[in-house]
Amino acid sequence: MAGMGMRDIKRKIRSINNTKQITKAMELVSTAKLKRARDRLGSTRPYFETVKNTVQDIFRNSKDLRHEYLTQREVKKSLYIVITADRGLCGGYNINAIKKAQENIEDKEKAIFITIGQKARDFFTKRGYEVAESFIHISEKPEYKHAVNIGKMALELYAKEEVDEVNLIYTKFESTISQVPKLIKLLPIAKEEKKEENTEFKYVSYEPSPEEVLDYLIPKYIESTIFGALIESSASEQAARRIAMENATDNAEDMIDDLTLSFNQARQAAITQEITEIVGGAEALK
Amino acid sequence: MASTFQLEVVTPDRKFFEDEVSMVTVRTTEGDVGILKEHMPMVAPLDIGVIKIKQKGKTVMATCAGGFVSVDEDKTTIITDAAEWPEEIDIARAEAAAKRAEERINHGDAKEIDVVRAQIALNKALNRLRVAKDDD
Repeated sequence: MAGMGMRDIKRKIRSINNTKQITKAMELVSTAKLKRARDRLGSTRPYFETVKNTVQDIFRNSKDLRHEYLTQREVKKSLYIVITADRGLCGGYNINAIKKAQENIEDKEKAIFITIGQKARDFFTKRGYEVAESFIHISEKPEYKHAVNIGKMALELYAKEEVDEVNLIYTKFESTISQVPKLIKLLPIAKEEKKEENTEFKYVSYEPSPEEVLDYLIPKYIESTIFGALIESSASEQAARRIAMENATDNAEDMIDDLTLSFNQARQAAITQEITEIVGGAEALK
Repeated sequence: MASTFQLEVVTPDRKFFEDEVSMVTVRTTEGDVGILKEHMPMVAPLDIGVIKIKQKGKTVMATCAGGFVSVDEDKTTIITDAAEWPEEIDIARAEAAAKRAEERINHGDAKEIDVVRAQIALNKALNRLRVAKDDD
Protein backbone atom coordinates (compact mmCIF):
# COMPACT_ATOMS: atom_id res chain seq x y z
CA MET A 1 0.00 0.00 0.00
CA ALA A 2 2.76 2.35 -0.86
CA GLY A 3 1.91 5.97 -1.33
CA MET A 4 -0.93 5.87 1.13
CA GLY A 5 -0.80 7.99 4.21
CA MET A 6 -1.84 6.75 7.60
CA ARG A 7 -5.10 8.54 7.46
CA ASP A 8 -6.00 7.04 4.09
CA ILE A 9 -5.30 3.55 5.35
CA LYS A 10 -7.38 4.12 8.43
CA ARG A 11 -10.30 5.31 6.34
CA LYS A 12 -10.03 2.29 4.10
CA ILE A 13 -10.00 -0.09 7.06
CA ARG A 14 -13.12 1.52 8.41
CA SER A 15 -14.96 1.23 5.11
CA ILE A 16 -14.02 -2.42 4.68
CA ASN A 17 -15.12 -3.08 8.21
CA ASN A 18 -18.53 -1.64 7.38
CA THR A 19 -18.85 -3.89 4.36
CA LYS A 20 -17.79 -6.84 6.46
CA GLN A 21 -20.52 -6.18 8.95
CA ILE A 22 -23.10 -6.16 6.18
CA THR A 23 -21.89 -9.36 4.58
CA LYS A 24 -21.71 -11.03 7.96
CA ALA A 25 -25.30 -10.06 8.69
CA MET A 26 -26.43 -11.31 5.30
CA GLU A 27 -24.63 -14.55 5.92
CA LEU A 28 -26.49 -15.05 9.18
CA VAL A 29 -29.81 -14.22 7.54
CA SER A 30 -29.32 -16.70 4.74
CA THR A 31 -28.16 -19.36 7.19
CA ALA A 32 -31.48 -19.04 8.99
CA LYS A 33 -33.42 -18.99 5.71
CA LEU A 34 -31.48 -21.94 4.41
CA LYS A 35 -32.49 -23.98 7.40
CA ARG A 36 -36.15 -23.22 6.78
CA ALA A 37 -35.84 -23.92 3.07
CA ARG A 38 -34.20 -27.27 3.80
CA ASP A 39 -36.95 -28.24 6.20
CA ARG A 40 -39.49 -27.48 3.50
CA LEU A 41 -37.52 -29.44 1.00
CA GLY A 42 -37.61 -32.42 3.33
CA SER A 43 -41.35 -32.23 3.78
CA THR A 44 -42.22 -31.72 0.11
CA ARG A 45 -39.90 -34.29 -1.43
CA PRO A 46 -42.15 -37.28 -0.60
CA TYR A 47 -45.04 -35.75 -2.54
CA PHE A 48 -42.92 -34.83 -5.50
CA GLU A 49 -41.33 -38.28 -5.62
CA THR A 50 -44.62 -40.15 -5.20
CA VAL A 51 -46.36 -38.30 -8.00
CA LYS A 52 -43.40 -38.83 -10.27
CA ASN A 53 -43.15 -42.52 -9.51
CA THR A 54 -46.87 -43.11 -9.97
CA VAL A 55 -46.90 -41.36 -13.33
CA GLN A 56 -43.85 -43.26 -14.50
CA ASP A 57 -45.40 -46.53 -13.32
CA ILE A 58 -48.49 -45.90 -15.38
CA PHE A 59 -46.46 -45.22 -18.47
CA ARG A 60 -44.42 -48.33 -17.96
CA ASN A 61 -47.37 -50.59 -17.40
CA SER A 62 -49.49 -49.45 -20.27
CA LYS A 63 -47.73 -49.43 -23.57
CA ASP A 64 -50.48 -48.35 -25.89
CA LEU A 65 -51.62 -45.15 -24.21
CA ARG A 66 -52.57 -42.38 -26.56
CA HIS A 67 -52.58 -38.89 -25.25
CA GLU A 68 -51.78 -35.50 -26.71
CA TYR A 69 -49.19 -34.86 -24.01
CA LEU A 70 -47.31 -38.03 -24.83
CA THR A 71 -46.91 -37.76 -28.57
CA GLN A 72 -43.84 -36.13 -29.99
CA ARG A 73 -44.37 -33.24 -32.36
CA GLU A 74 -41.97 -31.55 -34.67
CA VAL A 75 -40.35 -28.87 -32.56
CA LYS A 76 -41.03 -25.47 -34.03
CA LYS A 77 -40.96 -23.55 -30.80
CA SER A 78 -39.77 -24.46 -27.33
CA LEU A 79 -40.91 -23.11 -24.02
CA TYR A 80 -38.35 -22.66 -21.30
CA ILE A 81 -39.34 -22.17 -17.69
CA VAL A 82 -36.35 -20.66 -15.94
CA ILE A 83 -36.19 -20.39 -12.17
CA THR A 84 -33.81 -17.84 -10.64
CA ALA A 85 -33.76 -15.53 -7.64
CA ASP A 86 -35.12 -12.01 -7.31
CA ARG A 87 -31.88 -10.69 -5.91
CA GLY A 88 -28.21 -11.03 -6.61
CA LEU A 89 -25.30 -11.40 -4.21
CA CYS A 90 -25.49 -15.15 -4.36
CA GLY A 91 -22.43 -16.08 -6.34
CA GLY A 92 -23.01 -17.90 -9.60
CA TYR A 93 -26.48 -19.11 -8.72
CA ASN A 94 -28.48 -16.95 -11.12
CA ILE A 95 -26.06 -16.90 -13.98
CA ASN A 96 -25.53 -20.67 -13.86
CA ALA A 97 -29.24 -21.32 -14.32
CA ILE A 98 -29.46 -18.77 -17.12
CA LYS A 99 -26.41 -20.25 -18.84
CA LYS A 100 -27.96 -23.69 -18.64
CA ALA A 101 -30.96 -22.35 -20.52
CA GLN A 102 -28.84 -20.58 -23.11
CA GLU A 103 -26.79 -23.67 -23.81
CA ASN A 104 -29.90 -25.42 -25.02
CA ILE A 105 -31.15 -22.68 -27.25
CA GLU A 106 -29.92 -22.86 -30.78
CA ASP A 107 -32.17 -20.31 -32.34
CA LYS A 108 -33.33 -17.25 -30.46
CA GLU A 109 -36.50 -17.07 -32.53
CA LYS A 110 -37.55 -20.56 -31.55
CA ALA A 111 -37.46 -19.98 -27.84
CA ILE A 112 -40.12 -18.55 -25.60
CA PHE A 113 -39.79 -18.06 -21.87
CA ILE A 114 -41.65 -18.14 -18.62
CA THR A 115 -39.31 -16.60 -16.08
CA ILE A 116 -39.43 -16.90 -12.34
CA GLY A 117 -37.42 -14.33 -10.44
CA GLN A 118 -36.33 -10.84 -11.36
CA LYS A 119 -32.89 -11.89 -12.53
CA ALA A 120 -34.11 -14.20 -15.28
CA ARG A 121 -36.76 -11.70 -16.37
CA ASP A 122 -34.25 -8.87 -16.66
CA PHE A 123 -31.73 -11.00 -18.45
CA PHE A 124 -34.04 -12.36 -21.11
CA THR A 125 -36.09 -9.24 -21.76
CA LYS A 126 -32.96 -7.12 -22.09
CA ARG A 127 -31.56 -9.44 -24.71
CA GLY A 128 -34.71 -9.44 -26.76
CA TYR A 129 -35.96 -12.93 -26.05
CA GLU A 130 -39.67 -13.58 -26.14
CA VAL A 131 -40.96 -13.73 -22.58
CA ALA A 132 -44.51 -15.01 -22.31
CA GLU A 133 -44.91 -14.35 -18.63
CA SER A 134 -42.74 -13.55 -15.66
CA PHE A 135 -43.35 -14.25 -12.04
CA ILE A 136 -41.46 -12.28 -9.44
CA HIS A 137 -41.26 -12.32 -5.66
CA ILE A 138 -42.19 -15.96 -5.42
CA SER A 139 -38.82 -17.65 -5.60
CA GLU A 140 -38.01 -17.19 -1.95
CA LYS A 141 -41.22 -18.64 -0.56
CA PRO A 142 -42.82 -20.69 -3.30
CA GLU A 143 -46.30 -22.00 -2.69
CA TYR A 144 -48.20 -24.74 -4.40
CA LYS A 145 -50.64 -22.34 -6.03
CA HIS A 146 -47.77 -20.60 -7.81
CA ALA A 147 -46.75 -23.89 -9.32
CA VAL A 148 -50.38 -24.50 -10.35
CA ASN A 149 -50.47 -21.15 -12.18
CA ILE A 150 -47.21 -21.76 -13.98
CA GLY A 151 -48.22 -25.29 -14.88
CA LYS A 152 -51.57 -24.17 -16.23
CA MET A 153 -49.93 -21.59 -18.42
CA ALA A 154 -47.43 -24.06 -19.83
CA LEU A 155 -50.15 -26.61 -20.56
CA GLU A 156 -52.28 -23.99 -22.26
CA LEU A 157 -49.46 -22.90 -24.55
CA TYR A 158 -48.76 -26.52 -25.33
CA ALA A 159 -52.39 -27.39 -26.01
CA LYS A 160 -52.76 -24.42 -28.36
CA GLU A 161 -49.66 -25.68 -30.17
CA GLU A 162 -47.90 -22.40 -29.61
CA VAL A 163 -45.02 -24.41 -28.26
CA ASP A 164 -44.06 -27.98 -29.06
CA GLU A 165 -41.98 -28.80 -26.05
CA VAL A 166 -41.66 -27.52 -22.51
CA ASN A 167 -38.39 -27.47 -20.61
CA LEU A 168 -37.83 -26.59 -17.01
CA ILE A 169 -34.56 -25.18 -15.71
CA TYR A 170 -33.94 -25.14 -12.00
CA THR A 171 -31.09 -25.54 -9.55
CA LYS A 172 -30.95 -28.81 -7.71
CA PHE A 173 -29.92 -28.65 -4.11
CA GLU A 174 -27.30 -31.36 -3.72
CA SER A 175 -25.78 -30.14 -0.49
CA THR A 176 -24.99 -26.86 1.24
CA ILE A 177 -21.84 -26.50 -0.82
CA SER A 178 -23.02 -27.84 -4.13
CA GLN A 179 -25.96 -26.74 -6.24
CA VAL A 180 -26.30 -27.95 -9.78
CA PRO A 181 -28.41 -26.32 -12.50
CA LYS A 182 -30.63 -28.90 -14.19
CA LEU A 183 -32.85 -29.04 -17.21
CA ILE A 184 -35.79 -31.40 -17.40
CA LYS A 185 -38.20 -31.89 -20.21
CA LEU A 186 -41.77 -31.61 -18.99
CA LEU A 187 -43.67 -32.03 -22.22
CA PRO A 188 -44.05 -34.21 -24.16
CA ILE A 189 -43.52 -36.52 -21.25
CA ALA A 190 -40.45 -38.61 -21.68
CA LYS A 191 -40.45 -42.13 -20.42
CA GLU A 192 -37.66 -42.84 -18.04
CA GLU A 193 -35.89 -45.81 -19.51
CA LYS A 194 -35.36 -48.37 -16.85
CA LYS A 195 -34.02 -51.85 -17.27
CA GLU A 196 -36.99 -53.81 -18.46
CA GLU A 197 -35.62 -57.20 -17.47
CA ASN A 198 -37.44 -57.89 -14.26
CA THR A 199 -40.51 -55.79 -14.85
CA GLU A 200 -43.33 -58.07 -15.71
CA PHE A 201 -46.55 -56.80 -17.12
CA LYS A 202 -48.95 -55.90 -14.36
CA TYR A 203 -52.59 -55.51 -14.91
CA VAL A 204 -53.68 -52.24 -13.37
CA SER A 205 -57.22 -51.00 -13.58
CA TYR A 206 -57.75 -47.36 -14.29
CA GLU A 207 -61.05 -45.94 -13.15
CA PRO A 208 -62.90 -44.67 -15.11
CA SER A 209 -60.44 -45.05 -18.02
CA PRO A 210 -56.69 -44.70 -18.60
CA GLU A 211 -57.22 -41.57 -20.67
CA GLU A 212 -59.26 -39.86 -17.98
CA VAL A 213 -56.77 -40.79 -15.32
CA LEU A 214 -54.03 -39.31 -17.46
CA ASP A 215 -56.09 -36.18 -18.08
CA TYR A 216 -56.02 -35.68 -14.37
CA LEU A 217 -52.54 -36.96 -13.66
CA ILE A 218 -50.51 -35.11 -16.26
CA PRO A 219 -51.35 -31.58 -15.05
CA LYS A 220 -50.73 -32.84 -11.52
CA TYR A 221 -47.39 -34.23 -12.60
CA ILE A 222 -46.38 -30.95 -14.25
CA GLU A 223 -47.51 -28.92 -11.23
CA SER A 224 -45.75 -31.07 -8.72
CA THR A 225 -42.56 -31.12 -10.78
CA ILE A 226 -42.61 -27.34 -11.00
CA PHE A 227 -43.35 -27.08 -7.31
CA GLY A 228 -40.51 -29.43 -6.47
CA ALA A 229 -38.20 -27.40 -8.70
CA LEU A 230 -39.25 -24.14 -7.03
CA ILE A 231 -38.53 -25.54 -3.60
CA GLU A 232 -35.19 -26.98 -4.68
CA SER A 233 -34.24 -23.67 -6.24
CA SER A 234 -35.14 -21.65 -3.19
CA ALA A 235 -32.98 -23.86 -1.00
CA SER A 236 -30.16 -23.60 -3.54
CA GLU A 237 -30.48 -19.83 -3.62
CA GLN A 238 -30.04 -19.53 0.13
CA ALA A 239 -27.16 -21.98 0.16
CA ALA A 240 -25.42 -20.13 -2.67
CA ARG A 241 -25.92 -16.79 -0.96
CA ARG A 242 -24.63 -18.10 2.32
CA ILE A 243 -21.44 -19.37 0.68
CA ALA A 244 -20.98 -16.13 -1.28
CA MET A 245 -21.42 -14.03 1.84
CA GLU A 246 -19.13 -16.25 3.86
CA ASN A 247 -16.43 -15.78 1.24
CA ALA A 248 -17.01 -12.05 1.17
CA THR A 249 -16.65 -11.85 4.94
CA ASP A 250 -13.46 -13.90 4.82
CA ASN A 251 -12.05 -11.67 2.09
CA ALA A 252 -12.89 -8.55 4.07
CA GLU A 253 -11.09 -9.98 7.07
CA ASP A 254 -8.00 -10.73 4.96
CA MET A 255 -8.01 -7.22 3.56
CA ILE A 256 -8.35 -5.71 7.03
CA ASP A 257 -5.39 -7.79 8.22
CA ASP A 258 -3.25 -6.61 5.29
CA LEU A 259 -4.24 -3.02 5.79
CA THR A 260 -3.62 -3.13 9.52
CA LEU A 261 -0.13 -4.39 8.79
CA SER A 262 0.61 -1.59 6.36
CA PHE A 263 -0.95 0.87 8.77
CA ASN A 264 1.43 -0.23 11.52
CA GLN A 265 4.37 -0.12 9.13
CA ALA A 266 3.45 3.38 8.11
CA ARG A 267 3.06 4.41 11.73
CA GLN A 268 6.45 2.99 12.63
CA ALA A 269 8.07 4.61 9.61
CA ALA A 270 6.64 7.95 10.69
CA ILE A 271 8.00 7.58 14.25
CA THR A 272 11.39 6.51 12.98
CA GLN A 273 11.49 9.43 10.65
CA GLU A 274 10.56 11.82 13.42
CA ILE A 275 13.34 10.48 15.68
CA THR A 276 15.85 10.72 12.85
CA GLU A 277 14.82 14.31 12.27
CA ILE A 278 15.16 15.21 15.97
CA VAL A 279 18.52 13.47 16.25
CA GLY A 280 19.63 15.14 13.03
CA GLY A 281 18.53 18.56 14.35
CA ALA A 282 20.33 18.03 17.68
CA GLU A 283 23.51 16.97 15.86
CA ALA A 284 23.42 20.11 13.74
CA LEU A 285 23.21 22.34 16.83
CA LYS A 286 26.40 20.94 18.34
CA MET B 1 -57.11 -58.14 12.23
CA ALA B 2 -53.91 -59.45 10.93
CA SER B 3 -54.57 -58.54 7.33
CA THR B 4 -53.14 -55.07 7.15
CA PHE B 5 -51.43 -53.17 4.38
CA GLN B 6 -49.29 -50.09 4.09
CA LEU B 7 -51.09 -46.81 3.51
CA GLU B 8 -49.44 -43.53 2.68
CA VAL B 9 -51.19 -40.18 2.32
CA VAL B 10 -49.09 -37.33 0.96
CA THR B 11 -49.91 -33.67 0.38
CA PRO B 12 -47.66 -31.01 -1.18
CA ASP B 13 -46.48 -29.73 2.18
CA ARG B 14 -46.18 -32.82 4.33
CA LYS B 15 -46.44 -36.55 4.67
CA PHE B 16 -49.94 -36.72 6.11
CA PHE B 17 -50.16 -40.36 7.12
CA GLU B 18 -48.00 -43.45 6.87
CA ASP B 19 -48.81 -46.69 8.66
CA GLU B 20 -50.25 -50.18 8.49
CA VAL B 21 -54.04 -50.10 8.21
CA SER B 22 -56.73 -52.71 7.77
CA MET B 23 -59.05 -50.77 5.51
CA VAL B 24 -59.34 -47.41 3.83
CA THR B 25 -62.35 -45.86 2.14
CA VAL B 26 -61.96 -43.05 -0.36
CA ARG B 27 -64.31 -41.19 -2.65
CA THR B 28 -63.23 -41.46 -6.26
CA THR B 29 -64.89 -39.59 -9.08
CA GLU B 30 -66.87 -42.76 -9.74
CA GLY B 31 -68.04 -43.26 -6.16
CA ASP B 32 -66.82 -44.53 -2.82
CA VAL B 33 -64.26 -47.31 -2.92
CA GLY B 34 -63.22 -49.41 0.03
CA ILE B 35 -59.75 -50.87 -0.17
CA LEU B 36 -58.74 -53.95 1.76
CA LYS B 37 -55.55 -55.93 1.67
CA GLU B 38 -54.75 -57.49 -1.71
CA HIS B 39 -56.98 -55.22 -3.65
CA MET B 40 -56.19 -55.36 -7.34
CA PRO B 41 -53.81 -52.65 -8.61
CA MET B 42 -55.84 -49.58 -9.45
CA VAL B 43 -55.38 -45.89 -10.14
CA ALA B 44 -58.30 -43.49 -9.79
CA PRO B 45 -58.78 -39.75 -9.36
CA LEU B 46 -60.42 -38.65 -6.12
CA ASP B 47 -63.30 -36.30 -5.61
CA ILE B 48 -63.67 -33.92 -2.69
CA GLY B 49 -64.65 -36.19 0.15
CA VAL B 50 -63.63 -38.07 3.24
CA ILE B 51 -60.85 -40.55 3.76
CA LYS B 52 -61.86 -43.18 6.30
CA ILE B 53 -59.00 -45.13 7.75
CA LYS B 54 -59.66 -48.28 9.78
CA GLN B 55 -56.77 -49.22 11.99
CA LYS B 56 -56.78 -51.70 14.88
CA GLY B 57 -60.59 -51.72 15.00
CA LYS B 58 -60.85 -47.95 15.20
CA THR B 59 -61.91 -45.67 12.39
CA VAL B 60 -60.43 -42.24 11.87
CA MET B 61 -61.56 -39.70 9.33
CA ALA B 62 -59.80 -36.99 7.39
CA THR B 63 -60.86 -34.56 4.72
CA CYS B 64 -59.51 -34.83 1.23
CA ALA B 65 -59.65 -32.01 -1.29
CA GLY B 66 -59.29 -34.10 -4.43
CA GLY B 67 -56.29 -35.95 -5.72
CA PHE B 68 -55.76 -39.52 -6.74
CA VAL B 69 -55.28 -42.94 -5.26
CA SER B 70 -52.85 -45.53 -6.47
CA VAL B 71 -53.31 -49.07 -5.19
CA ASP B 72 -50.41 -51.42 -5.57
CA GLU B 73 -49.98 -55.00 -4.40
CA ASP B 74 -48.28 -54.15 -1.15
CA LYS B 75 -48.99 -50.49 -0.73
CA THR B 76 -51.68 -47.89 -1.27
CA THR B 77 -50.79 -44.28 -1.90
CA ILE B 78 -53.20 -41.37 -1.71
CA ILE B 79 -51.96 -38.15 -3.22
CA THR B 80 -54.07 -35.13 -2.46
CA ASP B 81 -53.85 -31.35 -2.65
CA ALA B 82 -54.90 -30.98 0.97
CA ALA B 83 -55.86 -33.29 3.82
CA GLU B 84 -56.84 -32.46 7.38
CA TRP B 85 -57.69 -34.31 10.55
CA PRO B 86 -60.98 -33.25 12.18
CA GLU B 87 -59.18 -31.45 15.00
CA GLU B 88 -57.19 -29.36 12.55
CA ILE B 89 -60.21 -27.89 10.83
CA ASP B 90 -60.94 -24.27 11.49
CA ILE B 91 -64.74 -24.41 11.70
CA ALA B 92 -65.24 -20.64 11.65
CA ARG B 93 -63.12 -20.33 8.54
CA ALA B 94 -64.91 -23.17 6.76
CA GLU B 95 -68.29 -21.65 7.64
CA ALA B 96 -67.20 -18.27 6.31
CA ALA B 97 -65.94 -19.90 3.12
CA ALA B 98 -69.22 -21.77 2.66
CA LYS B 99 -71.21 -18.57 3.13
CA ARG B 100 -69.03 -16.66 0.72
CA ALA B 101 -69.32 -19.37 -1.91
CA GLU B 102 -73.09 -19.55 -1.52
CA GLU B 103 -73.39 -15.80 -2.00
CA ARG B 104 -71.32 -16.00 -5.12
CA ILE B 105 -73.44 -18.79 -6.59
CA ASN B 106 -76.69 -16.98 -5.84
CA HIS B 107 -75.38 -13.77 -7.26
CA GLY B 108 -77.11 -13.47 -10.62
CA ASP B 109 -74.56 -11.99 -12.97
CA ALA B 110 -71.55 -14.10 -12.04
CA LYS B 111 -69.63 -15.68 -14.89
CA GLU B 112 -69.91 -19.39 -15.42
CA ILE B 113 -66.33 -20.07 -14.39
CA ASP B 114 -66.85 -18.18 -11.14
CA VAL B 115 -69.89 -20.27 -10.33
CA VAL B 116 -67.95 -23.47 -10.97
CA ARG B 117 -65.14 -22.24 -8.75
CA ALA B 118 -67.55 -21.20 -6.04
CA GLN B 119 -69.20 -24.58 -6.17
CA ILE B 120 -65.87 -26.31 -5.67
CA ALA B 121 -65.11 -24.00 -2.75
CA LEU B 122 -68.54 -24.68 -1.28
CA ASN B 123 -68.03 -28.43 -1.57
CA LYS B 124 -64.67 -28.23 0.14
CA ALA B 125 -66.05 -26.10 2.96
CA LEU B 126 -69.10 -28.31 3.51
CA ASN B 127 -66.90 -31.39 3.47
CA ARG B 128 -64.69 -29.88 6.15
CA LEU B 129 -67.67 -28.96 8.28
CA ARG B 130 -69.12 -32.44 7.92
CA VAL B 131 -65.92 -34.08 9.11
CA ALA B 132 -65.34 -31.59 11.91
CA LYS B 133 -68.84 -31.89 13.33
CA ASP B 134 -68.96 -35.64 13.05
CA ASP B 135 -66.04 -35.81 15.38
CA ASP B 136 -67.84 -34.23 18.34
